[in-house]
Amino acid sequence: MKARTIETRKGARCRVLEAGSGMPVVFLHGAGGLLADNPFLDGLAARYHVFAPELPGYGESTGEELLEDMLDFTLHGWDVVGALGLTRPHLVGHSMGGMIAAEMAAIAPNDLGRLVLASAAGLWIEEHPIPDIFALLPGQLVELLFQDADKGQALLTGGVDFSDMEAFKEFYLGQQRRLAMAGKILFPIPNRRVSKRLYRVTAPTLVLWGGADKLIVPAYAERWAQLIPGAQVQIIPDAGHMLPYEQPEIFVDALSRFLG
Amino acid sequence: MRFTWFNLMPWPYLPDDFREKNRSVWVDIPNTLYDPKKGHFVYHQYMDQLEYAETLGFDGIGCNEHHQNGYGLMPSPNLIAAGLARRTSRAAICVIGNSIAGYNPPIRVAEEFAMLDVISGGRLVAGFPVGTPMDTNFCYGQIPALTRDKYREAHDLIMKAWAEDEPFAFDGKYNQLRWVNCWPKPIQKPHPPIYIPGGGSIETWDFCLDHDYNYSYLSFYGYLRGKSLLEGYWERVAARGKDDSPYRAAFAQIICVADTDAEAEELYAEHCLYFFNRCLHVFPPFADPPGYRTVNTIKYGALSQLRLEAQRIMQGLTWKQLVDERFIIAGSPETVRQQLEECITGLRIGHLFCLLHTGNMPDWKTRHSTKLFAEKVMPHLRHLWPEFKDDQRWWIQPMEDRLHPEETRPGAEKQGQEWP
Repeated sequence: MKARTIETRKGARCRVLEAGSGMPVVFLHGAGGLLADNPFLDGLAARYHVFAPELPGYGESTGEELLEDMLDFTLHGWDVVGALGLTRPHLVGHSMGGMIAAEMAAIAPNDLGRLVLASAAGLWIEEHPIPDIFALLPGQLVELLFQDADKGQALLTGGVDFSDMEAFKEFYLGQQRRLAMAGKILFPIPNRRVSKRLYRVTAPTLVLWGGADKLIVPAYAERWAQLIPGAQVQIIPDAGHMLPYEQPEIFVDALSRFLG
Repeated sequence: MRFTWFNLMPWPYLPDDFREKNRSVWVDIPNTLYDPKKGHFVYHQYMDQLEYAETLGFDGIGCNEHHQNGYGLMPSPNLIAAGLARRTSRAAICVIGNSIAGYNPPIRVAEEFAMLDVISGGRLVAGFPVGTPMDTNFCYGQIPALTRDKYREAHDLIMKAWAEDEPFAFDGKYNQLRWVNCWPKPIQKPHPPIYIPGGGSIETWDFCLDHDYNYSYLSFYGYLRGKSLLEGYWERVAARGKDDSPYRAAFAQIICVADTDAEAEELYAEHCLYFFNRCLHVFPPFADPPGYRTVNTIKYGALSQLRLEAQRIMQGLTWKQLVDERFIIAGSPETVRQQLEECITGLRIGHLFCLLHTGNMPDWKTRHSTKLFAEKVMPHLRHLWPEFKDDQRWWIQPMEDRLHPEETRPGAEKQGQEWP
């Protein structure tokens, strides 16, 4: 994939991965950001024109001070779509990205094609409290994110050798910066009341979930489907919260069938 | 040189296997470990000790705010301070302080601090910490990356509320108040001395210097470890062209005094180890949520006291280590005097918060140590900083003719018997 930097009208400078051709699909990453390897983006690029913007505070993207609350994040999403010059793209959001995509679809229901929410954050069910990702030891996070923690560890660190102190420091600083940003919409409870606004979503919606998601359990998939008119649910059995990374082929296949 | 007797108010009944059975003394400590009926005696004992310190000539008596914390029983230090204001009349009441980013609206702090200043006759030292991440973020739900911004706004609101004589509208990002009209207002003008307790964020230095506030480094790890941080502060003071009055800085130190060094170990070792092994046992992620520390502070290497590294130090500490590595200053009056002089001059501080109660120390030992300190250590350190002896900028200005409510007086039964 090639990378380029766009500047939004508000002044945020964001790195965007881009590949393929056809219908535009915008992929919004989760709280951990885009990992080093994103085979599912390559898979999608075989059929669509894929854009994967990084939020301010992630990777080379800057302007995190410009985004403070949910409305800022939501409008930023549309500002990025505008800066890319896209018309009615499909929105695919994973985890925190799903939260943002759902907000975007509620605030501007006529400006997108289809909506895919994969392991989306943004709701809170009292019987299924979501673990506090801001209060975890590194090993605990991997356990929650992946069905297979060993593979997950390798995916998460992107091959960084943690015995190299400099590399570790850089990874740590990056992680602090990313999660500081995510905390603005996820801390202390990842619920900014999108549930009150979901009645506005008119885009055909697919709710995709890993059946083995330990962070945001599959009960949340049902709740999204209850709140979004006409949404369909698909549970992928052998995947945890990091479903696009754990099952890239199944993920791409599900999206292709839904997006057409 | 000024001395404040400070009590963190630890819960003294944490079980022996607390560290093994629980991941944290703070935030998610099992509530069942608290016994309110025992708590009744604990509060009174701790408040009595603070009052006792006044009678021994300490300049100040101090308390602070923590939440859901096994070593700090003061979610509201203002309640403790209110009790002290009624039972003392000379010492400064140092509330170090209220974590203002967590108050909604923060005008509450302006009001309560003003009440304390009025009740105490102008003896309040007002502390405004950003608040630890345990308190402000995990217990009080504030977003880490926005905590400092919210803190600054709360500070601006409180200071303006104290300064203005007319009601005003405050259109803040986090607080919108159409009618701000602080009533009552503090006695001390323009405001009580402001202390900013810091854990190690370098942004706090500039904030103190912008407003000429006292910077208080509240560490439990002793002056050797505090040195690099205070050196950074003093460099910043010089770079900003400010004078180097030691009263710009304060430091907290655990101190144990006995008749001899050997007696100090005998009397105090178990209580100090209780503090370091049980009270400081904090689940590391609670101490470092992303966004709480700025990238600059992380890069500066001023690591939060309770992070993983610190937890490793805590394990298996011995009395010898505590003393040799100066986590604590303990021993005979002469030993303590020597080491404290090194601490005070090394860090260049004009105000020492003396932690003379530690962990689960019983009342009699606390008083023994406190009395020896007041009689045999403090007088020998008073002379330090002679060239700044008239510097009152960071000290209270009480009313001359204030009441002495600790001296019981009957109420008026007839006209003419009322207090003035």
